[in-house]
Amino acid sequence: MNEVLMYALMTLVLLGTVSAVILYFVAQKFKVVEDPKIDLVDEVLPKANCGGCGFPGCRSFAEVLVKSANEKHSLEGLNCPVGGNNVMKEAAAILGLEVEEQEPLIAVIRCNGSKANSPAKVNYDGPSTCAFAHNLYAGEGGCQFGCLGLGDCVASCDFDAIHMNPETGLPEVNDKCVACGACVKACPRGIIELRPKGKKDRRIFVSCINQDKGGIAKKNCEVACIGCSKCFKVCPFEAITMNNNLAYIDPIKCKLCRKCVEVCPTNSIHEINFPVRKKKPETEEEIVETNKTMAVTHDTKQDSNIESQS
Amino acid sequence: MSQFTISGSPHVHGEENVKKIMYTVVLALVPAILVSIYFFGIDAVRVLLIAVISCLFFEWVIQKYLIKGPVTITDGSAVVAGLLLAFNVPANLPWWIMVIGALVTIGIAKMSFGGLGKNPFNPALVGRVFMLISFPVQMTSWPVPKPLFANSLTDAITGPTALGLLKEGLDAGKNIDQILADPSMPAYLDRLTGNMSGSLGEMSAIALIIGGLFMIWRKVIDWQVPFSIILTVFVFAGIFHLIDPEIYIDPVFHLFTGGLMLGAIYMATDMVSSPMNISGKWVYGIGIGLITIIIRMWGAYPEGISFAILIMNAFVPLINYGFKPRRFGLVGNKK
Amino acid sequence: MIALKTFKKGGVHPEENKISANSPIQKLAFPKQVVVPLGQNLGTPSKPLVKRGDEVKTGQLIAKGESFISANLHSPFTGKVLKIDDAIDSSGYRRPAIFIDVEEDEKWEEGIDTSETIIRDIKADKQTIIDKIKECGIVGLGGATFPTHVKLMIPDGRKAEYLIINGVECEPYLTSDHRLMLEKGEQLLIGIKILMKALAVERAIIGIENNKTDAINHLTELAKQYAGIDIQPLKVKYPQGGEKQLIKATVNREVPSGKLPIEVGCVVCNVGTAVAVYEAVQKNKPLIERVVTVTGKAVKKPSNFLVRIGTPVQMLIDAAEGLPENTGKIINGGPMMGKAITSLEVPVVKGSSGILLMKNEESKRGVPQTCIRCSKCTLACPMGLEPFLLAKLAKLSLHERAEKEKIMDCIECGSCQFTCPSNLPLLDFLRLGKNKVGQLIRSRK
Repeated sequence: MNEVLMYALMTLVLLGTVSAVILYFVAQKFKVVEDPKIDLVDEVLPKANCGGCGFPGCRSFAEVLVKSANEKHSLEGLNCPVGGNNVMKEAAAILGLEVEEQEPLIAVIRCNGSKANSPAKVNYDGPSTCAFAHNLYAGEGGCQFGCLGLGDCVASCDFDAIHMNPETGLPEVNDKCVACGACVKACPRGIIELRPKGKKDRRIFVSCINQDKGGIAKKNCEVACIGCSKCFKVCPFEAITMNNNLAYIDPIKCKLCRKCVEVCPTNSIHEINFPVRKKKPETEEEIVETNKTMAVTHDTKQDSNIESQS
Repeated sequence: MSQFTISGSPHVHGEENVKKIMYTVVLALVPAILVSIYFFGIDAVRVLLIAVISCLFFEWVIQKYLIKGPVTITDGSAVVAGLLLAFNVPANLPWWIMVIGALVTIGIAKMSFGGLGKNPFNPALVGRVFMLISFPVQMTSWPVPKPLFANSLTDAITGPTALGLLKEGLDAGKNIDQILADPSMPAYLDRLTGNMSGSLGEMSAIALIIGGLFMIWRKVIDWQVPFSIILTVFVFAGIFHLIDPEIYIDPVFHLFTGGLMLGAIYMATDMVSSPMNISGKWVYGIGIGLITIIIRMWGAYPEGISFAILIMNAFVPLINYGFKPRRFGLVGNKK
Repeated sequence: MIALKTFKKGGVHPEENKISANSPIQKLAFPKQVVVPLGQNLGTPSKPLVKRGDEVKTGQLIAKGESFISANLHSPFTGKVLKIDDAIDSSGYRRPAIFIDVEEDEKWEEGIDTSETIIRDIKADKQTIIDKIKECGIVGLGGATFPTHVKLMIPDGRKAEYLIINGVECEPYLTSDHRLMLEKGEQLLIGIKILMKALAVERAIIGIENNKTDAINHLTELAKQYAGIDIQPLKVKYPQGGEKQLIKATVNREVPSGKLPIEVGCVVCNVGTAVAVYEAVQKNKPLIERVVTVTGKAVKKPSNFLVRIGTPVQMLIDAAEGLPENTGKIINGGPMMGKAITSLEVPVVKGSSGILLMKNEESKRGVPQTCIRCSKCTLACPMGLEPFLLAKLAKLSLHERAEKEKIMDCIECGSCQFTCPSNLPLLDFLRLGKNKVGQLIRSRK
């Protein structure tokens, strides 16, 4: 009996030793040298793996961050929209660098062709994917630029931040939005844009991307931008550009004075999170005052950020 | 002016729908149902009703209260599952076993995978095999047929199936001739018409074949699967019969006994759990035939078709991946 | 009965509903204003040659096809160019078009023979024929609108053996080709002779489905005068009018995946195209009109009209005694492959073969259920694809896998969706998948 035990023990010990030696050499041979910083950076990233940074996942973003820090000694052009400034600061601290504050972004829906504003002229009967409907026809309301309302953006969102409003038939973005950009890619019509959240969450933007001539646009949708250029003329900061019968407000130049909102004949320019308008317009001094503070916020923006929005 | 509808082509649709397919299967089962009622009388009706009603009930309960989704018990798939389940059990099965079988069929084999169209295994067979393994005694004591209009016999009389007899006989060291000489072994004509011990639906090969031809005519099933199973069983059993007729019984015996016809025509052809392409259907059928005979000849159970079908069900995704339809214009181009 | 020829793989048999088969081709009154879209052919849209305020004569060249796959466009009416602007096409998108105010009295461009006399003698030689066809802006009138002159230019190293003429008209409801074969049989055969000369082929086969026996008999009788043209009756089966299916049915050759019919020595033309070729070469008449069927179960007078390009659909429907009350869907083309249109302002283009009005109850699709894996779509697919799988891959955006499963071979015939017992929108997803895979393939170049 003892003999059996002995043999068994010896075999096992021998087997273990031999395996350990082989393992050791294999491990030496195939050792992957990885910067330990990658693990540390990866730790602080949000692990959403949303791809909002432009890289396949948080791990690869961590690798890119470390690489950039080692080679260029800066993290310029790299940003994690989900984690925001805090995460980027932490990551930069690990890498011994500093990052400039980035203006947080949010997705905005640049179409207001709701069921009431752009009544359906035909019925769509088919699968609920905008991508297919976009290839099939112009849209129920007749606007070939507007929202198809079939929710590809909702399906693409990993953060539960965009939902269809059954009453208007349009998607709505809530506070959970981290500006990962998934919906921007998912929308076949390019309606969704990432814009700076703005001070106190205040934003002004043209909620339309219709490039048709005014008459046609207006025929299809009550609240379409008809390209009348009134906002362009009234804007004191040259923040508005007119292109193909369509106004666009540059969020960097815009000082949120709200003049354009007032003159827009079709109410296609939206203001968000502003206090209810007083009867009388604000005095000039106040406007200048506001602009100063705004200017400070906007100066901190980075060029790369602007590019990613357009 | 009314609003026009916009949709992609085609703008017309054929007459097929899921309900129609399911009720065609039910219709195809009618001859076999009548035969089973003829041979087992009220017991057959009882088992069939319990199976169908409990299948419908469980589907309804699960869809309504567990999934909280739309209830689709009227599409006929639960009825088909219930009928096939009942066909796989002896007529004197206690009602509560039947209900448990129905629960396994619908709850585990069908709904837990997502309902109609998602189940990898044939639900009725899963239920049957579950009952066979859990309640072997009740599931293998088959009543001797007591034709509807004959003098009633007591329920106590049970007899083994032809396959059971064969297995027992071989285990006892008898040869084929001795086994066939056994008085309780059904004659050929009885095997064909179903006048023998066995599960409800396994009885009459003729009734099953009539239903099968009907389904092939209505294009509910393809002929490839049943044909390849039957052919494989015949050829494979035939080869062994030629090698040693003392131990291996003739292939025709295999064809008309046990659940082979039922399995080949109704179980293996289940749309959801069978391959999608013609070449795959051949592979699938041949696989089922081979495994059936292997289990029947050398396995512990006298009958192997249920296991064979379930085993091949598991291979279906692989078969679908490996056996594609012949693409137009890819090979065999005559220039 | 001898088994009729057909293609072997897949196919379905929808209800034929050829209710307008017995109504002769009628001419339509002139509209007040027409919209002539610039992108009427497959390939690059034509480039306008006229400008606002120009006077145009009927048959005058108003837009030129400049790139290789493009076609000329001619004014269908005499009148004045109102503007060149965007106009909605059948899908509701705005595309560039020429608007023309039509004048009552018609002035034809010089050199166009508008008489009814049939000219049988073919004087033009091979190159002249091709040039003439190009000049007259002829495109495939079966619906794909591929410029015909490009088809006739056979690449080096290839030789055409057969000219196959598509008189199948496998789409339910449509009868425009059927009427054309009956009423312009002679012109059709001369047109085929011209095409044969251009291609230098000895044999031409007209494939006609067996539900048009009158056309088969009529053409067989006429074809006795024309050597080398055979009439081939075919079994009724959709989609026999597909180029690849028709070649398989008539000469039993398979066009390799991703290749053109010339690969197997065949050129396929529609009967309408052949008649247009006759008019172009013998009469110098450009392609400015075509036969359009207006039909539907509720239509009071299902008819076939000879329509000038640019005429609004509304006029055609009026001529067929109006839009029925319960119209739920208007289809430009046949029910299997046609496009639902969003508005009645849409003009007739070179590719319109029919206007089909569907009743409300016909126009809604069934409620989609889950796939029961019945494999009927696989059996129905004439290209040997697995539509259920491709649709799923498209849904999941697995485009690389879909490409390997030959999604680009799909001819969008709709047999899969037609046959699906679960009412699944298979073709919709296949189209989506094809679109995405196409983008993927282009992005690799």
